[in-house]
Amino acid sequence: MSSSSSQSRDKGLLRFMTCGSVDDGKSTLIGRLLYDLGQVFDDQLAALETDSRKHGTTGDDIDLALLVDGLQAEREQGITIDVAYRYFTTGKRKFIVADTPGHEQYTRNMATGASVSDLAVILVDARKGVITQTRRHSAIAHLLGVRHIVVAINKMDLAGFEQARFDAIRANYEAFAKELGIAGITCIPVAARAGDNIARRGSSMPWYTGPTLIEHLETVDTTGGAGGAGFAMPVQWVNRPHLDFRGFSGTIASGVAKPGEPVVVLPSGRMTRLKAIETYDGAREAAVAGDAVTLLLEDEVDASRGDVIASAANRPEVTDQFAAHLIWLGDEPMLPGRPYLLKCATQSVSASITTLKHKVNVDTLEEVAGRQLALNEIAVCNLATAKPIVFAPYAENRQLGAFILIDKITSQTVGAGMIRFGLRRASNVHRQAIDIDQATRAGQKGQKPFCLWFTGLSGSGKSTIANALDRRLLEMGHHAFILDGDNVRHGLNKDLGFTDADRVENIRRVAEVAKLMTEAGLI
Amino acid sequence: MLSNHLKQLEAEAIHIFREVIAESGKPVILYSIGKDSSVLLHLAMKAFHPSKPPIPLLHIDTTWKFREMIAFRDATAKRLGLTLDVHINQDGIARGIGPFTHGSAVHTDVMKTQGLRQALDAVGYDCAIGGARRDEEKSRAKERVFSMRAAGHRWDPKQQRPELWSLYNGRHGPGEGMRVFPLSNWTELDVWQYIVAESIPIVPLYFAKPRPIVERDGMLLMVDDDRLPLQPGERPAMRRVRFRTLGCYPLTGAVESDADTLEAIVVELLASKMSERQGRAIDRDSAGSMEKKKQEGYF
Ligand SMILES: Nc1nc2c(ncn2[C@@H]2O[C@H](COP(=O)(O)OP(=O)(O)O)[C@@H](O)[C@H]2O)c(=O)[nH]1
Repeated sequence: MSSSSSQSRDKGLLRFMTCGSVDDGKSTLIGRLLYDLGQVFDDQLAALETDSRKHGTTGDDIDLALLVDGLQAEREQGITIDVAYRYFTTGKRKFIVADTPGHEQYTRNMATGASVSDLAVILVDARKGVITQTRRHSAIAHLLGVRHIVVAINKMDLAGFEQARFDAIRANYEAFAKELGIAGITCIPVAARAGDNIARRGSSMPWYTGPTLIEHLETVDTTGGAGGAGFAMPVQWVNRPHLDFRGFSGTIASGVAKPGEPVVVLPSGRMTRLKAIETYDGAREAAVAGDAVTLLLEDEVDASRGDVIASAANRPEVTDQFAAHLIWLGDEPMLPGRPYLLKCATQSVSASITTLKHKVNVDTLEEVAGRQLALNEIAVCNLATAKPIVFAPYAENRQLGAFILIDKITSQTVGAGMIRFGLRRASNVHRQAIDIDQATRAGQKGQKPFCLWFTGLSGSGKSTIANALDRRLLEMGHHAFILDGDNVRHGLNKDLGFTDADRVENIRRVAEVAKLMTEAGLI
Repeated sequence: MLSNHLKQLEAEAIHIFREVIAESGKPVILYSIGKDSSVLLHLAMKAFHPSKPPIPLLHIDTTWKFREMIAFRDATAKRLGLTLDVHINQDGIARGIGPFTHGSAVHTDVMKTQGLRQALDAVGYDCAIGGARRDEEKSRAKERVFSMRAAGHRWDPKQQRPELWSLYNGRHGPGEGMRVFPLSNWTELDVWQYIVAESIPIVPLYFAKPRPIVERDGMLLMVDDDRLPLQPGERPAMRRVRFRTLGCYPLTGAVESDADTLEAIVVELLASKMSERQGRAIDRDSAGSMEKKKQEGYF
């Protein structure tokens, strides 16, 4: 290796996000980082000088905000930009910056950026101090498990570079952060336009002796956190080049994998040992969280995509009901009871929200009552999945605790959630195996059980057709049964009204009864 | 040994490749022969090892690629044992479309963009994996890793989905599809450092060598065959050059350089003052041209 490429080695990756409300100087700050660290090429700089003369807000100086403000045109076209990513590197580290536009859709955008960030830089205008948006940004970052917060108190030049102003804002922020339970805060006074305390110290604030923004970003330690968790790897793909090789490919979510260790395949619970860790670069002695590997097991156990291979001694939980924070990203409101597709690690299952316990005010994290969840709202909910899933609480493991909800019809990603805890262990209520199976019952009746759903507007003749068909089936010697919507509302569903939420629950119950009847062999 | 940040980027790209298999019924790797494509293939080999990647390669041949690129393409597919499908827009050939007769914009649209659509439709590929990076251009900074395409390959802003954690949603209906970019978070420097660390073969055009060059509109064009119409007064001269990106030879500018080893290329890049896109005629066509090309399905 040449010295030039080794000088930039082994600094690891730091993913961080920037948040601030409009005009706090976020774009200027990012532009300043890129510029001072020499990440701007001459041809880009030439374009920037032209643009600054045309659209700049900084008089004769070049407007560094324009380096990253490439999004204006899209905004005008009504294209939603949730996050823009920027890249830069210093002698010590490589950085990925998730830049989230502050205005509309802030919750959705911030949550997206925060989900991939280890650190958040929250901008505060020194003239305004801690405002509602500051609280909001901090609360969302905290909720998404961002463990390091940097408060960049910007435009210090407009506050006379005064230490008193900085100290007052810091005290104010720290008090509020304590209420939310946010630890790990670093406050830095900066002037993004001139570049003070960003990449270089400058002479304007001699009273400040802490690190510059870059010094802090270069040295902050983001390891730790989920250190104590046992080994777990969600299976992404079964790797079967030939009959003698059956590997399970995936990215390790937590802990350390070592050949010889006892492991369990979840949710089935089958026990075995890890035989080998295979990669393109040869077999490995160990693999850690974040590594993409292929595992070989001692025994011929069945595992497929969605299963989790984990340390037998310290395994994730299995449940089909859990409590979670849910952020709504869909244009249509979330309705309890409606089935969505849930993706958690590599698992995909049908799931629904059973209860919306309360909404969360993102400015204060206070609880608010509510029955529906609209775009950009956050709530604490209980969810139920059609099949048990393997998970760990989000606070312990982002990989096994995060999930998204997908609308089954539009295929849009409509929700993002963070599991707090399981409500019961699925193993406590595992299904009773019943000796006689569905096929046997159907055989006894000499028919193929199925469910026929008549749907249409009220008064369109559903019941008439259903009745005629039912008579005909009876004549043919079949055993059928009609679940009439109106009749069901007199008994099973008499507690339900006609709100959207109740309609969803009405359909869910009828579908469950229909399922039991087909299992019983009926039409 | 890879540096930590390259290890992390590599693992992320492998994860994305494996997710594609779950989210797509019929994926294909868009192989463009350049350095990013070389890295992409290397990562595909790693993602599925010891199996071969269960994904074929597709090259959209505009018939104006450097000859060395085509030779490298065929040798690479053979070396890795991968299926390579080459598609040429025959309709464009029949109409005699070319960069000199029709200009770069029409040529690229017909031979590349339309050619790509034809090839994807012909086989029914629902996922095209490409080597594009977010750092290539300002407007790509917000591109998703899984970028959804409506029927007709249209990039519809409303269809783009929020991407949280590493949970990708590639669910789509018939006729719809996606483009997937496993190198989204890589920079040009990362790509080169990775090529060095992993000894990945690349097209020799990336290395400096005396080549026959004419200078036109400030661009150094290589006379790769006799189809380049010389303008009055133009005479090819041997100059020591290399290429930072590769495409159709009449649309790709060379840079003067002495960097003839991978190490020298990285040194040059670290000292470089020009972005890699500066040599591409296609970006300069009109402001926001990348944005437009994406909507039309170029990516
Ligand atoms: N005086 C002063 N102005 C600043 C500073 N940082 C940014 N600005 C100005 O504040 C305005 C808004 O900045 P911009 O970066 O576009 O804000 P954004 O909306 O948060 O991205 C611009 O006119 C900047 O030039 C600073 O440190 N001092």
